[in-house]
Amino acid sequence: MARQFTEAAIAGIGHTEFSKASGRSELQLAAECAKAACDDAGVSPHDIDGMITFTIDNSDEVNLARCLGVKDLAYTTRIPGGGAAAAATLYQAMAMVNAGLCNNVLIWRAMNERSQYRFGQNPQQQQMQYQSGNGTGSLLWCVPYGAMTPASWGALQAAAYMHQYGVTNRDLGYISVQQRAYAANNPHAWFYGKPITLEDHQNSKWIQEPWLRLLDCCQESDGGVAILVTSLARARDLKQKPVRLVGAAQSIPYNVEVISNYYHADLTVMPEARGVAKRLWAQTGLSPADMQAAMIYDAFSPHVLLQLEAFGFCKPGEAKDFVKSGGMSLDGALPTNTNGGLSGEAYIHGMNSMIEGVRQIRGTSHNQVKRRKVEHVLLSSGMAGAVLAAD
Amino acid sequence: MSEPETKPTRIPPIVTLDAKFFWDGADREEFLGERCGDCGHYTFPPRPMCPQCFSLKREHVPLSGRGTVVGWTIPRHPMPFGFKESPVVAVIELEEGIRMVSNVVEVAYEQMKPGLPVQVAFAPTMNNHKVPVFKPRSA
Repeated sequence: MARQFTEAAIAGIGHTEFSKASGRSELQLAAECAKAACDDAGVSPHDIDGMITFTIDNSDEVNLARCLGVKDLAYTTRIPGGGAAAAATLYQAMAMVNAGLCNNVLIWRAMNERSQYRFGQNPQQQQMQYQSGNGTGSLLWCVPYGAMTPASWGALQAAAYMHQYGVTNRDLGYISVQQRAYAANNPHAWFYGKPITLEDHQNSKWIQEPWLRLLDCCQESDGGVAILVTSLARARDLKQKPVRLVGAAQSIPYNVEVISNYYHADLTVMPEARGVAKRLWAQTGLSPADMQAAMIYDAFSPHVLLQLEAFGFCKPGEAKDFVKSGGMSLDGALPTNTNGGLSGEAYIHGMNSMIEGVRQIRGTSHNQVKRRKVEHVLLSSGMAGAVLAAD
Repeated sequence: MSEPETKPTRIPPIVTLDAKFFWDGADREEFLGERCGDCGHYTFPPRPMCPQCFSLKREHVPLSGRGTVVGWTIPRHPMPFGFKESPVVAVIELEEGIRMVSNVVEVAYEQMKPGLPVQVAFAPTMNNHKVPVFKPRSA
């Protein structure tokens, strides 16, 4: 086909149930969520011509393409950096469509991260080797010192920020309480119907003292999430209201690591999120005030604060007050993680929050923003981000 | 380690070619850093090329072993493999201007604070290796 700049849009989203024991293979979860995203769009899986997942997804492109009967795959790629780069999947899909290289790009992430292996436990011997493409040397330099889990690396990263601005663990509780309130109203959420109080948060056990309690941490989940990206013109002819992919970006500044991120100049900020923000706002001509909702990667609650500040929703050190005063609620300035986030809904490596952004634009969220018409939603996974827009 | 007769349970370092000098030095209780042989820039983690002048000439030089605590955490759950009590894991900024993750030992949890001055020491691991750790020092 003749190549020309082509606007990109999300035409379909799909997911499996979110559980602690899926009882089936990761490849099956991948196939099921991919089929669901195609059905949602009204596109045959046979017509997928681009495929994107994470470097650490265990399912092979060819095996998944075989499940879906993909007839002629034109482009496959994977994003490095685990969940921090989750939104980079959209970045690449947008670029592939923009460049006129693909018509139907499938993004997927499927894992049995609770029943088959657990990110939150001490690593198994075979996981203790440095793997390129994960963007982190954390195991290498942390394991002999007893920092063996993402929570330990995340706490070390958050410590300087929390100390600098006097952010207490109780302050973080407001994030967890808000997200669990959203989850309590979302039938897909693992914690559907199970809200928590600030006291529940404060009574949950220390995972990393004095920074993170259990209720500051994302879940460990089984499940799969998929997104189908196509051209805006084509999306307009499909089943759902198109969700325009108006901007997407990635940023890995010098000396930044994915989560073992202790080597860059100022440890009280998240330079990668600042870099993403700078690119996104420049690319779209939009600003924080133009966003009616945000889905922000919340592997650990302090990183929500760091990203709110990096994107300019709050000044440095002020995100804790923003959250405390209800800034993330449906009545607040920026309804955030309205699916319940990765702590309330599920942890499918950030992907489940990204499809909640799509629902907010479509107007189909279980916690729909109603005070304002949702024109723009920010997705941030820390090292990558995207802006979704109504057509 | 207050009970030298018990076998160390700490996991040994994962050694890569570019960092072998660091861990070999630690085995001899030498605290070595990597400095560019051309421009003098210190790097951590060690790497094959100087990010400032692109030189491949690496010098492995003794570090002062003095630093300060930038951030710390106490892993409670799960208890890290190889530890009987929660260690203090910390990001240490060394006098040479580089940072590394290590443990602060012989310290009460409530003593931990940013800027705490520390001095290198060595702790044994499984398989007869040693890793640099830090103890509080008077400023």
